[in-house]
Order: sequence, then structure tokens, then C-alpha cells
Amino acid sequence: MSITYLPGKEPHPKETRRILKNVYREGWNQSIDCYLADGGYESLKKALGMEPKAVTEEVKKSGLRGRGGAGFPTGVKWTFIPPNNTKPVYLICNCDESEPGTFKDRFVVHQDPHQLIEGMIISCYAVGAHLAYIYMREEFPIAAEIVQTALNEARERNFLGQNIQGSGYDLEIHLHRGAGAYICGEETSLINSLEGVRPYPRIKPPFFPAAIGLYGCPTIVNNVESLCQVKHIIAMGGEAYSQQGAKRSPGTRIIGVSGDVQRPGFYEIISGSLTFGELLYDICGGPKEGRQFKAVIPGGSSSKVMRTDVSYKVKNADGTNGSISFFDIPLDLDSIAQHGSMAGSGAVIVMDDSRSMPWALNNINRFYAHESCGQCTPCREGCPWMMKLSTRILEGKGAPEDVDMLLQVANQIEGKTVCAFGEAASWPTQAMVLKFKDEFLALTDSKNAILPHSAERKEQGKYLTR
Amino acid sequence: MSNSSENVIEATIAHQPSPGEKYYPAFEVTAELDAKAAELITHYPEGKQQSAVLPILHVIQKQFGYISGEAIAWVGEKLNVSAAHVLGVVTFYPGLRQMCPGKFHIRVCRTLSCAMAGADNLFDKVCTRLNIDKSAIDHHHPIGVSPDGLWSIEGVECLANCGFGPNMMVNDVLYQQVSDEVLEEVIAKCLNA
Repeated sequence: MSITYLPGKEPHPKETRRILKNVYREGWNQSIDCYLADGGYESLKKALGMEPKAVTEEVKKSGLRGRGGAGFPTGVKWTFIPPNNTKPVYLICNCDESEPGTFKDRFVVHQDPHQLIEGMIISCYAVGAHLAYIYMREEFPIAAEIVQTALNEARERNFLGQNIQGSGYDLEIHLHRGAGAYICGEETSLINSLEGVRPYPRIKPPFFPAAIGLYGCPTIVNNVESLCQVKHIIAMGGEAYSQQGAKRSPGTRIIGVSGDVQRPGFYEIISGSLTFGELLYDICGGPKEGRQFKAVIPGGSSSKVMRTDVSYKVKNADGTNGSISFFDIPLDLDSIAQHGSMAGSGAVIVMDDSRSMPWALNNINRFYAHESCGQCTPCREGCPWMMKLSTRILEGKGAPEDVDMLLQVANQIEGKTVCAFGEAASWPTQAMVLKFKDEFLALTDSKNAILPHSAERKEQGKYLTR
Repeated sequence: MSNSSENVIEATIAHQPSPGEKYYPAFEVTAELDAKAAELITHYPEGKQQSAVLPILHVIQKQFGYISGEAIAWVGEKLNVSAAHVLGVVTFYPGLRQMCPGKFHIRVCRTLSCAMAGADNLFDKVCTRLNIDKSAIDHHHPIGVSPDGLWSIEGVECLANCGFGPNMMVNDVLYQQVSDEVLEEVIAKCLNA
């Protein structure tokens, strides 16, 4: 059966649609009948015929790495449940998608909820969970209704509830909505949020949620995209899945491109099959008219910014040192990590030469200052401090020493907090200041101070004497 | 326990009056709300009723517009936790409000991708167009309400539709690539609803 898409929503020829196969598909709707007619829940039936351990083994073999941002192997995470465990096991789907720049899970939960539910049921079966939650961000109220309807439909058709499809396996999935906090995407914070306490992240190690999580029981937290991939792994077989894409991060990956390109949007590609050049020029249509690319944030706002006009060092096949341009870097987890950033959640934010980096950093710093949960002092105090410094520099009131101080504050946050928020908040500042220092320094010179943003600011600038 | 915790609530939460209140009913415990809360508690394992705090608060906020001190005390009693605990949850989340919004609550995304697409301009435009006093909005009072109580605005962080900015949500509905024309259409649609 050939698939056609709504006019104007067709995938690019270089895309491989797997997770997003049904997004903006002609004649598609979110009902279970539509999903079943398209071969839905067949992977689940296949999985229920296997031993749970065999399902985990397939996922391990596939080499699937978590799509939430950290890129931890999903199958390996599942095996961290203590083998002699007697407590109930929980599985939580992390649908808190709040990393700035990320907009991939939105389309799955709005348009293809049964794919997620099928992936979840298979995963729950593999880890032995009988109660699971979908933790959905508050900003998706419509999706919450869609997913709730889908859960009810699945229950009616006995894909949820007691004795699923006659296999003797019981499972219940509930929807739990967050309330607009970025930190709840961190798995231990998410667990605290689900427990109904203030969602401060928990200290790990020594105990990871797979050992001590929700209500003190083993808990697996996986991203929406990871859980959807599980469905396809079971359908294809782990071995076949691992053959496709980059060796150490196989499968497809959804890349969300936003910012200064001709055609921003979401694109599902085979991991590592394209370079940044192919993504930004061929798929996204290049920079806007009369502009040039200047910087790219490759994996959500917390990943380190990359300049597009410098060369990146690589090891050639014969062991000698070589260099490649930014546009030749392949889009997979390891390649991007090797060049000093991270692929994170696949959120590519593109900035062209019209953008002021101090302005962009100030926006990012405001985000982290707003979202810091306040548990650890370096982050609670440091993030607003970084914001104040970058605001001051941006307003033309900063001294050249402020630029170094900005870096110093960022260095004092990194690695000194309970969760990875500290790193997420300090990396943008570190990278921006190191890679675009001249722009920051230029703003500290009152002759150059740009005060374009509001009439109010211009008025203040009039009396600026330095 | 309930008496002392109610005192705490009175001492710590001052009611923030808002012109939007005339569009929402005042908080009262109806049989329907009570039943809904009881149903939500069953979603969690026995003895873990505290987990239902967020879902119940969502139901309250949806129906009454915001979460009042009375509502906090009632949720505490319902879940057998202190009202202070519920207050702690309410104050943590930006998505839970202690001030009543307007009939149409507009949330404008201001994070990087949307900011690059012109979110700051959009925010200003909405404020001017709907007669909302922008200077009254700060970190502790994130919501600005128009004098007639019909509209309110809030700058929020990432709405997860970054490729198609600037984005804004009006109550539950997301609008993307909000230009002047789209904004006028949305306003007209709300007024005709």
C-alpha cells in the first residue's frame, strides 16, 4: 500500500519515515480502527508470543540509544532492574518534551498515539511492569485528550487491562500531566513529580531509577521516540534494525530544525546518513535570502553551539590528522560528540549572520534562570547571575571583565549540581563566550554598544557614560 | 491537622484580585469535583494517593481558573497531606496559577527559536492590542489581565513547536506562525465563540 501525504506535508526524498510515517498522512486519523487497518498492534502480538527476556534481548541487539537527549542504550537500561527484585516494576513514558528547539514527540502524541501505546505495552511486557504512566507536559492539553481516548480504545479492544490478547499478561497505563516545569524532563525529577512532591531531582548514583525509582520500586523512564522505536525493533528484528545507520547509534532519528533556514521543520533520517550540509542546504533549503549561516546549536539549547566557519579536526583512515568543515560532520551521536557538542534530542537551532550571539545567549540564560528548580545553590544562584551578566553586557553596560566573569560563573555551576541541569545551563554560556568572545567584548565598548531591542532601552542608553 | 494548616494558608497566600474572576465560578466543592478527585486517586497504587495532587489541581484550575487558598486546603484534606505540602507543589510549577487569568488566556512562547521568529514583538503587540498593562508583569506576577477581564497574557518557556514560530496558545489551542493577520483572526474567533 503506497502512502500519500497531505499536500505541502510530503516528506523530503532523503527522509526515511518510520516513527513519523503517519504524520500528515492522507486519510489518517488517530482512531484504533485506522491504526489496526494499517497493521497496528501486530508487533505487540509478536512480542507477547516471545519471552520477556527475549524482547529485551532484541532491543539490546538493536543498539537503540535513548532519544531523550542523553543517548543511553535503552536495552541496557532495562537490564539494570535488580535480578532478584520482588517489588512491582513501573514504566514511565517521558513525554515532557521541553528542551528548547525540540518538537518531535508533539507529532507522535497528536497524530499517532497508538504507536506510542503499542511501543509502551511491548516495553512494559519486557521489563515486567503492570502499571505504567505517560508523563505528558501541561502544554499539550489537546494531546492529553487524544491519548486518553486512545488508551480507552486500547482497553476496549483488550490491548490493555487483564489478560491482554489471551497472553495472561496484565497492564494498565494512565496519563499523568505535568505543569510546565522544564526540570520534570529529568527522570528523577519526573518521578518526584509523579509522587506528588516538589519535583527536585534525586541524587544518583548510587541508586538509579531502574533500582530505586517511583515509590521506591524499580522504574524505567523512556522517551516517547525511544518507546516508539521499540515497536519497530520487534517488527524488524533487533539484528536488522542495528544494520541501518551509524554503527554506534543505529536506526532513524527525528531532527527538528528551527531558526534561520528556508524550510524549518521536522525530518526523520537514518542516523549518520546525512551531514549537516545535506540537512541544512538540501533538505532545509539553505540560509534565508542574502544571509549566511553563522552558528548552529545541534541538540537543543543546552548543547554547545558550533561555528559554521571553522574547520573541525578528524582522524583520517590512515591515522593521520585531517580537518573537515562544519557542513561535512555526519548527523549521528558520536560524530557530533567528537566535535565538542552533543546530538541531544535532535533539535537543530540555526542562526545566520543577522543574529547577535550575546542576544541569543541572554535568551537561553533567561530560560535556565527561570527553570532552575532551586535545589542546588550553584545552579539556583548561578543561573540568574549569568542572566544578569549577559543582560548587562547586552545593554552595553558591561565591562570587559564581565565577559570573563560570565565564563567563570558557568564553570562554577558545571559538575556541582545534583542533576545534569547544571551542565545544561553552563554549556551554552561556555561555548558562546569561548567561540564568539569578540562579539561579547565589542558590546562592552560603549562606542559599539547596540541597543536595538526597544525604545525603552534606547532611552536608557542615551545617558550611558563609560 | 486541618485547622492549623488552614491558618498557615491564610497567613501565606493573599488573594490576588483579578478582573478575570467574573468569568469563572468561585471555588466550591461540588459532588462532581469530589467524584472526579476520587476517580483520579484510583490511578495510583493504594496508599499513594498523594500522587493525584497534580491531576486534581489541573481539574480545579481548568474549572475555576486558578488555585485559591481554599482549593489548596481542600486538596490537602482530600489527599491526607498538609495544605503546606500542596502549596509547595502549586508554587513550584509555572503551569499552576494562583491568580485568575482572563476568559481567554494567551501564552506566548519566548524561548530562543520563537524569539528569533519575533516573539518579543508579538508579546508587545498582544499587550497593546488587548489593552493589557505590560509594566505590571514581572517574575512574581507573570500574568497580565486586561481591565475588562476578557484577556490575559503570560510569557512562557518553550511550547515545543519550535520550527513554526512564533507560537502562542489561547486556552488549550496552539497557534503557530502568528502574524498580525493570524492574531486578528484569533481575536475575532474568541470574541465570536
